Amino acid sequence: MIRGAVRFVDRRSGTAPLLRKALRYLFPDHWSFLLGEVALYAFVVLVATGIYLTFFYSDSTKDVVYHGPYAPLQGQHMSEAYRSVLDLSMTVKAGLLIRQTHHWAANVFLAAIVLHVLRIFFTGAYRKPRELTYVIGLLMLMTALLEGYLGYSLIDDLLSGMGLAIGYGVALSIPFFGANLAALIWDGPFPGGAPFYSRMYIAHVFILPLVIATLLAVHLALVALRHHTQFRQTPRETERKIVGVPTYPGQTPRSLGLFSAVAGVLLLLGGLVQINPIWLWGPYHTYSATNGAQPDWYLGWLIGALRLVPSWDFVIGGYTVVPNPFWGGAAFPLIVFGFLLVWPWVERGLTGDTAYHNLLDRPRDAPMRTAVGYALLSWVLLIFLAGAADRVDVLFGISYSTQVWIYRVGVFVAPVVAALVAYRVCLELQRGERVERQRRGAEAEADAAARRERLAPEPAARREPA
Amino acid sequence: MSKAKEALLAGVVLLVSRLRRKPRLKERERLVATAPPRPGWELVALILLLATAICAAAFIVVYALDRLPRETQLLGLSLGLAFVFLAAALIVTAKRLIVTEELEDDYPVIEHPDEQETVAQLVEESGDRLTRRRLFKVGLGAAGGAIGLALLAPVASLGPVIDMDPFYGTPWRRGRRLVDENGRPWRASDIEQDNFYTAFPQHADREELGSPLVLVRLAERELDLPADLAHFPARGIVAYSKICTHAGCAINLYRAPLFQPAEPKPALVCPCHYSTFDPATGGDVLFGPAGRKLPMLPIYVDALDELRAAGNFDGPVGPSWWGVRLRRPRTETSP
Amino acid sequence: MTRRTASTALALVATLAAAPAAAAPPLSDLAARGYHLYGQYCIACHGANGQGVLQPVPNRAGAGPGRAQEQQTALAPSLQGVGALSADFYLRTGYMPLREVGMQPRRSRVLFDEGQIRALIAYVASLGRGPPIPQPHPERRNLSEGMKLFTDHCAGCHQIVAEGGYLTGAIPPPLENATAVQIAEAVRIGPYVMPRFSKKSISDRELDSIVRYVQYTKHPDDRGGWAIGHLGPVPEGLIAWFLGATALVGICIVIGKRLKRE
Repeated sequence: MIRGAVRFVDRRSGTAPLLRKALRYLFPDHWSFLLGEVALYAFVVLVATGIYLTFFYSDSTKDVVYHGPYAPLQGQHMSEAYRSVLDLSMTVKAGLLIRQTHHWAANVFLAAIVLHVLRIFFTGAYRKPRELTYVIGLLMLMTALLEGYLGYSLIDDLLSGMGLAIGYGVALSIPFFGANLAALIWDGPFPGGAPFYSRMYIAHVFILPLVIATLLAVHLALVALRHHTQFRQTPRETERKIVGVPTYPGQTPRSLGLFSAVAGVLLLLGGLVQINPIWLWGPYHTYSATNGAQPDWYLGWLIGALRLVPSWDFVIGGYTVVPNPFWGGAAFPLIVFGFLLVWPWVERGLTGDTAYHNLLDRPRDAPMRTAVGYALLSWVLLIFLAGAADRVDVLFGISYSTQVWIYRVGVFVAPVVAALVAYRVCLELQRGERVERQRRGAEAEADAAARRERLAPEPAARREPA
Repeated sequence: MSKAKEALLAGVVLLVSRLRRKPRLKERERLVATAPPRPGWELVALILLLATAICAAAFIVVYALDRLPRETQLLGLSLGLAFVFLAAALIVTAKRLIVTEELEDDYPVIEHPDEQETVAQLVEESGDRLTRRRLFKVGLGAAGGAIGLALLAPVASLGPVIDMDPFYGTPWRRGRRLVDENGRPWRASDIEQDNFYTAFPQHADREELGSPLVLVRLAERELDLPADLAHFPARGIVAYSKICTHAGCAINLYRAPLFQPAEPKPALVCPCHYSTFDPATGGDVLFGPAGRKLPMLPIYVDALDELRAAGNFDGPVGPSWWGVRLRRPRTETSP
Repeated sequence: MTRRTASTALALVATLAAAPAAAAPPLSDLAARGYHLYGQYCIACHGANGQGVLQPVPNRAGAGPGRAQEQQTALAPSLQGVGALSADFYLRTGYMPLREVGMQPRRSRVLFDEGQIRALIAYVASLGRGPPIPQPHPERRNLSEGMKLFTDHCAGCHQIVAEGGYLTGAIPPPLENATAVQIAEAVRIGPYVMPRFSKKSISDRELDSIVRYVQYTKHPDDRGGWAIGHLGPVPEGLIAWFLGATALVGICIVIGKRLKRE
């Protein structure tokens, strides 16, 4: 039966040699290599659940009055978009499950990408010849960030509406043409013309998924064409020889199992842990606000930055060249992503290493890279933490304004300290290994010498007088 | 041998050969390594597959039933567990049933210098016939660039990208009534101290950034306005744009101390990044990242004790942008 | 009590005892008991006859509630005319006695028993004519109207489902422990930096709706599962990382191999 199927395919496409190569393609089997796959499968879940959601969502901003089953919103004015999601969550069977699974999948998708990028960065997998794969991956990360933001903003609830207003404020703050760009996107000043939600919708369900899918296809093709990198764990792994598990039979059940696990975890979260209960937030109005509004975690790093920048619009001759939100909302992420994008070439310049690399470094084997990466990570995490300073004040009583000042200083001090600490730790770990190796070498030598002694003992007269 | 016996023998031989499997085209050696079977783990995998099927069926049953309590939780639990059990079955298969081979292979060649050269040569030689190569490159570049720009041009129709007038427009003008969310006009006597009120321009779009106001009443002696704003309040009632000048959230918080000597002074606060504005001084920024003071609207009380605008704001509303300090706002012409 | 507050208290009590009580209407027994309790616990900050301490406090050596606030010009507001409504609120929540002048009153351990509270309320109510303890009827009113009003007037500080929040200079508390009466009282008082909503701004009927909504927020519709605090994306992000991503990384470790040591 298998032979029949294979014969059918080969006769009609001539791909048996390709299939043969694909089935025996080798995957190095370190667990951290699966993080990219977790992101991939989360994306599959997103598309599958997303398609279902499009069958129920309406992108209309027409004002309607709610007459559904949820009592606290009875008789309230809201957009058709918000009502369509309320109806999906409350009256469509399994509607809330699919919506929550979709939202959890988005959060986990971005978490998996971040973990994957961390693994790529700290092991040097982005070096020649994989710089292109790395750049495409970062572009996917940036697109996914925007995609998630648009996704939860489509609902037009109070929380995401406030988030859109802030996005508008950041767009306006771009020097020279920010307002013009915002006018283009929103069809005028906020809250925008009638087509704005349609634009968000089509961007979220078609344009951006297409961009991500295309980038993903190129990314995976490049990975396969150049083959995976690998850790050097035994003398078998070299720059020339790859050691791993073949696609079939080894990797296939592993990957399918991981996919099933991702789907399972996301569905369990989607059913058991409530996410974005939009009926509690109520509909958005430009004149409404709630305390404690935050964006989804993958944009939360920007809130800390927006809150820390001191009160200051940069004005030259009447022109507000750099409004305040630019620093936290646009410059900060641009710096982080820009740095990550150019890093392979910067590292090449700093180390002079232009060689081709298939073997990975352990973080301790590349102290400079680890130090720089750790500095960037701690900078971002510190600013992320600053976004929770108000909660810290509520929980632990540390004054918010005091925290703001501590963070403002920390933003400059922490990366330097982190870099120095990481660098030293790497060197210490390396030294520890060197000592360990020397010790084992010495022990081996001593053993060998003892064995020689037993076979051909030295004359006893060597001994010194007592 | 007799003919009959020969025929019978031939028939038997043919029959037996047909029963025996056809020999393969050529002898093949084993591709996948061997390993001893593990019936115990097979049983585990089978049980997991059965559990998967049961959970998936449970999902269908729960889906079909109506008015179940905790419906979303049951649906998620059943389908989620189905996938989790399937994952477990597959992982058990991967690690315990299927043989795990650690194979070696060559990395692909770094590059193909011959092919690279061939491709480059092809492109170069193809252009041999042209005498004005550089001119053609310029021409193609100009043509392509121009077409590209032309194709991008319609993007400008997405919104008013050149005309910045809408950013300065608000519905407010002299005489416009301040109304509440139900359209009822606000009276000066409605506005009490230690409270805050939201007001809108009568007969205008409430969702526009220039529409919503926040009104507070301060004691006359508390007011400390600069000269150009001194005439803006009416009987101690001050009106400000409700839209924060930092990033556009609604200023829905008012700090109204009960015991002024020992508590923080009155202030309008934005919940997004905690920009804090002083209603007594014309909207100055007391704390937080806002780079521009809150725009103030001049108001007066008419003969019926109703509040009306006396003009437009003293500055454009909403978050700062490049032209926000160039002009004062103007009244929109109603559509 | 410290020496200084004790001496001030004694001085004030002595003054009160000496002054002719015939000027004010005679106190009921309950209010008289409250008057004595007031002299023990409240007079040092709120002054004799609840007139408040609004003048600069002489800077004498020794500890006491006034000493800690060197910049303060006053200690506590007048209680005349605040009525049973305010006394009931501040006493039953434990907001009073306040540990430190100028700090935000917080829900804390109530120091008085029921009898003492009633007595103090009666005394404070006798200090001028003030509002009585409100009797809200949330069950008569509308949940939807309550949510709308709460969003407009309260959510900016207390968060849309009354989980509390932050603003510069104060920490609006979560309302899960607030009784219907306390909600009604707080709205009318505007304690600390909370706005004071009079009946003109929020009528009694509207207040009933708000109370009904606040009661709803104690057990809101959580049909999506574990509510993780109703705070939105922050706990959701924590779950995505510490539950979701952690579980999946764990599964990766089970599927794959660890780095071999040399």
